[in-house]
Amino acid sequence: MGALDTRPIGASWGGSRSAAEVRLEDLRRIYGSTTALDGLNITIQAGELVALLGPSGCGKTTALRLVAGLEDADGGQVVIDGRDVTHLPASRRDTGMVFQAYSLFPHMTARENVAFGLRMRKVGVAERRQRAGDMLELVGLSTQADRYAHQLSGGQQQRVALARALAIRPSVLLLDEPLSALDARVRSQLRDEIRRVQREVGITTLFVTHDQEEALAIADRVGVMRAGRLEQMGPPTTIYSQPATPFVAEFVGLTNRLAGVVTGGAVDVRGIRLPLIASDTPDGPAVALVRPEAVSLAPALDGSNGPLSGTVIAVSFLGAVSRLTVDLGDTTLLVQVPTADAIAHPGGSRVRIALRQDPVLITRDNGQGKP
Amino acid sequence: MRRPLGGRLRISTTWLGAAPFLVYSGVFLVLPAALVVVGAFSGPHGPTLANLAQLNQPYVVSAFVNSLVLSAVSASIGAVVGAVLAYAVATGSPDGILRRLVTALCGVLSQFGGVTLAFAFIATIGTEGFIVIWLQQHGITFYPNGVWLFSLTGLTLIYTYFEIPLMVIVFMPALDGVRPQWREATETLGGATWHYWRHVAGPLLLPAFLGAWLLLFANAFSAYATAAALLDIGGVIVPLQISRALSSEVGLNQANFAAALALGMVVVVAVIIVLYSWLQRRSARWLPR
Amino acid sequence: MNRRRRRRLAAFKTVVYVVLGLFFLLPIAAMVEFATRGVGLSSPRTLSAFTSIGSDPELVDAITASLELAVITSVGMLALLLPTMIWIRLRVPRMVRPVELVCLTPLTIPAIVLVVGFAPIYQWIEINVSDSILTLAFAYLILVLPYCYRALDAGLSAVDIRTLSEAARNLGASWGTVMWRIIVPNMSSAVSNACLLCVAVVLGEFTVANLLNFENLQVAISILGTGNASVSIALAVVSLVFVFFFLLVLSFFGRALSRRRGGAARA
Repeated sequence: MGALDTRPIGASWGGSRSAAEVRLEDLRRIYGSTTALDGLNITIQAGELVALLGPSGCGKTTALRLVAGLEDADGGQVVIDGRDVTHLPASRRDTGMVFQAYSLFPHMTARENVAFGLRMRKVGVAERRQRAGDMLELVGLSTQADRYAHQLSGGQQQRVALARALAIRPSVLLLDEPLSALDARVRSQLRDEIRRVQREVGITTLFVTHDQEEALAIADRVGVMRAGRLEQMGPPTTIYSQPATPFVAEFVGLTNRLAGVVTGGAVDVRGIRLPLIASDTPDGPAVALVRPEAVSLAPALDGSNGPLSGTVIAVSFLGAVSRLTVDLGDTTLLVQVPTADAIAHPGGSRVRIALRQDPVLITRDNGQGKP
Repeated sequence: MRRPLGGRLRISTTWLGAAPFLVYSGVFLVLPAALVVVGAFSGPHGPTLANLAQLNQPYVVSAFVNSLVLSAVSASIGAVVGAVLAYAVATGSPDGILRRLVTALCGVLSQFGGVTLAFAFIATIGTEGFIVIWLQQHGITFYPNGVWLFSLTGLTLIYTYFEIPLMVIVFMPALDGVRPQWREATETLGGATWHYWRHVAGPLLLPAFLGAWLLLFANAFSAYATAAALLDIGGVIVPLQISRALSSEVGLNQANFAAALALGMVVVVAVIIVLYSWLQRRSARWLPR
Repeated sequence: MNRRRRRRLAAFKTVVYVVLGLFFLLPIAAMVEFATRGVGLSSPRTLSAFTSIGSDPELVDAITASLELAVITSVGMLALLLPTMIWIRLRVPRMVRPVELVCLTPLTIPAIVLVVGFAPIYQWIEINVSDSILTLAFAYLILVLPYCYRALDAGLSAVDIRTLSEAARNLGASWGTVMWRIIVPNMSSAVSNACLLCVAVVLGEFTVANLLNFENLQVAISILGTGNASVSIALAVVSLVFVFFFLLVLSFFGRALSRRRGGAARA
């Protein structure tokens, strides 16, 4: 058998070649005494973009590298398009990978970089040039084709890296925190670029990041990971509004912890009854996790001092929205409102809070185990 | 930071900071170099080209050829073996004790006395050397065709002893500059180990490798101590010719002849260094420091 | 890296280390063996060669002279190079390239060539200054320039001396304070590296000393070798081991110092 998989490449993108499904089955990876991955199970549908999100050390990059074949699994399987590739070396897996930084070959032009994978597959010179040119046009860099890596900006380099990974028309596209090394402005532009290209080409994609805003914006589904395990997998809206665990609630977006009591399938927080995400939660004291944007403010009634009254002690102007810190006496609350509404409640003013009827997650952990 | 006092005065106090260094290198570096050049063209009756003409004599030409061949061979062996050793060290842990040991050892061996080395090899494969005697006890003759240790062949072997460590020191930074992402990118693009070396690492490291080879060449060409300690016959390579001319008691002519020989050596080494800096500039562009 | 590659790499490294380890350690072992030989072929091992080093006054003189030269050259190198390099980087950036060129020139002009030019200069020194072997330090300072320059340059590049000096000057420090109390402490490992190279070069230097008719350590070993091979080889072993351990200790020392101070920026 030759050095590479002999799957035909000739078919054009999208159309006649169907995208591949990727399955991670019970993946395990152990480094010495640390378990980086503890039985990971994920199925990525054909053409889907799944983002793996989590803090550093959670195993998301390890999972990606196991799919790529850059490291060997200690247990479990990687299945691409129905084929078990777990024991295949990286050069035979038909995956395309974009690294965080520094991955362009410095002694080659952008075009030569993009054409490199095709060269490995013994594609002829003329066809290589043609396809590399097409790829560079896809990422909007055809004018920079003859530049070297050190002559390109960070964002441009990553776009070349993307073109290079896609030029070989792999079954799967893997991205290892491709935006983390870039400036904030470039990051959001490139994020949208990547999404556009991925949709246009229809390739199954796995995207690893520690930035939750990035994951929510770009993915079809998000998998939140922690300590080698998957905490929750679902569409971004579900992850955000129906977190399965306190870790997910606090890692994705901001959360307030408010003490309350669960009775009869809802939770009583400071006199307001809020519905629960899991309506079968047993009764008892609990901590409700409330999003800042679910809290609204009104000027305090004269002389009121109840559990819903407080003082604004800090205001952060964030442009379209503002975040206010409200001192309720026994706890502080983070509130997010449109800036136009925040003007009415400057620092020091007395306010009345109200909680929107969004289903909340509760936890029995009273906060001592906060990360 | 502008001062109202005239600009000229200010510049001179700033340059004063570098003065001690300039004065010192002027006296002990520029002056000797100038004396060599002047001496090469001096004769008992004034400026002359006679010294340079003497360089044409067969025994001088053969000394130069010997020096060049000796340097080329020992540099080549040193470069290849040294690169392999450097690779072995570079792929280990960057803070590990093995790396530190090897680096220290290379530091010592690349610099340390040719005299010591000559004696070490005499002790190993000299006529009463350790290996020779041990093999004799097992019925094997080490020198079936005569002792070659005290000849150019032996010298070449001994030169590799300090060329290899020098290669490790000079080439290691280039190896450290090779990013692991390049290897991984090659793999995911379908390239095997051989492709990686042929298309990526090879071309990237080639300028640094050649530059290191040049350095090794210059180092071997300029070496004197080992040859002096090992070879009694004065003159088979250029440095020995110089020493013979300097310690000869025939007269001033010999000192000028030494200067001419020295000038010849400088020309060779200068060409090498020019090539080297050109290569350095190319490789520095691609490999991060 | 996958498992198969890791295993192959480990095997490769083992072979390399074993083969080259033998190649490099064998001559040193042979030296030790030679130096400890007894009088006859079957005599017991003896350390008499090593112990007699101390009893030969000429040898002791040569050793002392070399050690003194090592110290003088190191100190002189630091005194000459360090202020100059810092100064030009901060105040006269145009001179950085020329000074670098000067410092790297001794690589182009080998010792054997330089010594031809040194000869008349040293004749003058012998008459007008001193005929002590310690005058070799003048020449040695030039010989160590390239190595020490590179070591100090690496240290200076790792420290942002421009920002540090501007901040210090802003707070009222004089140039002297900036140099000695701000910059130098931040390049302690580079300084120890430079000294280490100095010592190695000086202790191993033969050419200049030999052709200027001084008897330093290496010249002594060479002279002795013709008569009493055992003792000279014993001395060679001692000096080799000494420098090696000295380098090792200094490299740990330099690393510990830089770690204590936080060292250069670590990603």
